[in-house]
Amino acid sequence: MHDAGKIFLGLGVFVGLVGAPVWYGLGRGPGAPPELEKAVEGPRCVEPTEVMRASHMQLLDQWRTAVVRRAEHVYVASDGRQHAMSLTGTCLRCHADPAKFCDRCHGYVGVEAFCWDCHQRKRRSGS
Amino acid sequence: MKRRSFLELVGLGAAGVCAVPVARALGGASRTEPAPDALPGKRWAMVVDERKCLTRDGCKACTEACHRGHNVPAMKDPRHEVKWIWKEQLADVFPERVTPYTPAAVKALPTMVLCNHCDNPPCVRVCPTQATWKRADGIVMMDEHRCIGCRYCITACPYGARSFNFEDPRPSIPGELADYPTRTRGVVEKCTFCTERLAVGKRPLCVEACEGIGCGALVFGDASDPGSPVSALLRSTDVTRRKPELGTSPHVFYVLRG
Amino acid sequence: MLEKALTGGRRYFALLGVLGALAALGLVNYLHQLQAGLGVTGLSRDVPWGLYISQFTFLVGVAASAVMVVLPYYVHHYKVFGPLAILGEFLAIAAVVMCLLFIFVDMGQPRRVVNVILYPTPHSVMFWDMMVLNGYLVLNVVISRATFRAERAGTPPPRWVKPVVYLSIPWAVSIHTVTAFLYSGLAARPFWLTAILAPRFLASAFASGPALLILLALLVRRVSRFDPGEEAIRKLGEIVAYAMAVNVFFVALELFTALYSDIPAHVEHFTYLYAGLHEHHVLAPWMWASLALAGVSLVLLLVPRFRRDRTLLVLASVAVVGSLWIDKGLGMVVTGFVPSPLGHVTEYWPTAREATIALGVYAVGALILTVLYKIAITVREELALDAAPEAPPAAARKVA
Repeated sequence: MHDAGKIFLGLGVFVGLVGAPVWYGLGRGPGAPPELEKAVEGPRCVEPTEVMRASHMQLLDQWRTAVVRRAEHVYVASDGRQHAMSLTGTCLRCHADPAKFCDRCHGYVGVEAFCWDCHQRKRRSGS
Repeated sequence: MKRRSFLELVGLGAAGVCAVPVARALGGASRTEPAPDALPGKRWAMVVDERKCLTRDGCKACTEACHRGHNVPAMKDPRHEVKWIWKEQLADVFPERVTPYTPAAVKALPTMVLCNHCDNPPCVRVCPTQATWKRADGIVMMDEHRCIGCRYCITACPYGARSFNFEDPRPSIPGELADYPTRTRGVVEKCTFCTERLAVGKRPLCVEACEGIGCGALVFGDASDPGSPVSALLRSTDVTRRKPELGTSPHVFYVLRG
Repeated sequence: MLEKALTGGRRYFALLGVLGALAALGLVNYLHQLQAGLGVTGLSRDVPWGLYISQFTFLVGVAASAVMVVLPYYVHHYKVFGPLAILGEFLAIAAVVMCLLFIFVDMGQPRRVVNVILYPTPHSVMFWDMMVLNGYLVLNVVISRATFRAERAGTPPPRWVKPVVYLSIPWAVSIHTVTAFLYSGLAARPFWLTAILAPRFLASAFASGPALLILLALLVRRVSRFDPGEEAIRKLGEIVAYAMAVNVFFVALELFTALYSDIPAHVEHFTYLYAGLHEHHVLAPWMWASLALAGVSLVLLLVPRFRRDRTLLVLASVAVVGSLWIDKGLGMVVTGFVPSPLGHVTEYWPTAREATIALGVYAVGALILTVLYKIAITVREELALDAAPEAPPAAARKVA
């Protein structure tokens, strides 16, 4: 192969740069999973915990489309309970502090939750 | 040629992977419904009764109530102004009513302006993502999640009713935040006839504020309901609209001072 | 063939370096704009579109103008444009990429741009503009690649190229018509609400694009051994002459309708442009300069003796591009917003950051153009050498 030396050198630099997170993590062991603050109100969330863990973003998107685009405001969950479809109004009633709940996992996996650019992180008492 | 074909394949494959992902459906028998106490209305409209309006005496009740209730920022730079309902001079709102003999005081009469929620809205026609659209009840609504900030709607609005967030509005929101989302930089906003209040049986903030000070210049209701106060005014009084020749059919009507 | 862009002389890499630095500077400023919002520009509530959209509008014309070379060569077998065609197509590619970049940097929420595809909206002209612009880019890339590869191999291009070329011709006209439709269907903006806007756009495109191509062809001749052809450049000059004459005629038509009807809603925009309105007149000197340049260019282009003089043709081309860049750029876009729907005059002038970002986009376009032209030049030079290895390269010419 022509320029074998240059190619392997370049490959090595590339793998080194792209794999940097892997080399960084080697020998440090698995990180501790994030600890989420328990909900202040119970006993359970709008949908079962496993469903929320896997699909809370799909649920929020569904709520967003229903409220904004179809002027619907009531969510009838799979267990029949009714909830107002509101991130700040309903979700934050129980998960009062996003810094101790949402941010824990989102920070850990590095997925930006830009809901808070517009929606408020603190629920107004009485609302 | 083999290297080129390989690169082409990788390029096409990457493009394919980036294709639109299908949203996963939620399991279970959940559904969404309108709120039970939503105000029923088939065609919302507003009448601005300038005979009663106290803005000439410095009143700002409607603007303050609306802007406070919706976290509308008070931008320092006038180029970046955001406003949903505000006053303009009569000569600028209804230039066709100005003659060479109109007194200066009349030309300068303050007149409230806001989104007209047109029947035939040019802003809706031009929006490339349907971030603004016309609801069945006549309200021209905004979806702040979908807006890409292209400002085509601002360009298309013949009434100057829309505002763009040139910067992060939060630092410029006076006082405590109301129980309503803020917007973020890069999206367009405007009056929505308080859809969040209509949904729970309340009337728009400006209307209630105006009534609250005993003025009642803003009359709101269902124009398709002959029994509504709005219909009463529309059928009995000489009303006018802004730029009717453009065919937008606005649903904010004005009763001008005789 | 891309590897031809990786080798070159000192001037080539110096140019790439300068353009790369300008592009990087533009990028850094764009990242700041992303962070801080579009408030870092000179835009305002009354003037929501400015430098970025005006440059996009001008460059769509340059992109569409490739049809002025493609149509005679591919459809009417005008062999004179043979060597020139690839330069026109590559210019179109660079121009369309710049158009898309200018739109992108103008978006308030660029990460949501995909919404235009996720939620297609056929009643929005902007939706169609996105579709036809991207389609035109794909068309030009596919056509130029297929024809150039064939030329390099010394074989005729594959048969499917012909119908694709035929498709690209109305498509070129469509990209600029649709862009004009962005403006000319808005009841809110009487300055743009004219049927002649699309013809004006096309006429100015067919003047400024070929004028730019003349300058580029002459530059290519100066820096390489590739000669697009004396007659081709002369013919381009004739095209620019007629297109510029039509364009100026269209401007006169607009002025007549507005000024003779004396309807304030129409007159006041032209008053703002050429004289100023309510003490605001930042654009007036530019518009008079544009008119003067147009006049000078017409004299230089319409008199055959002047047009055939190489130096005067260069001057005329520069004047055409300059005049139309002002007229179609800030002149057309900003004036639509002055006065506002409520009769206010808010002036617009780009900020330094805005101009730097725009310059960065131009640098990216120039980079793409440089790379593509380098490939074209190198391949053509190699082909000429292969054809006549003993004789001096047939394309060599002494520059006057």
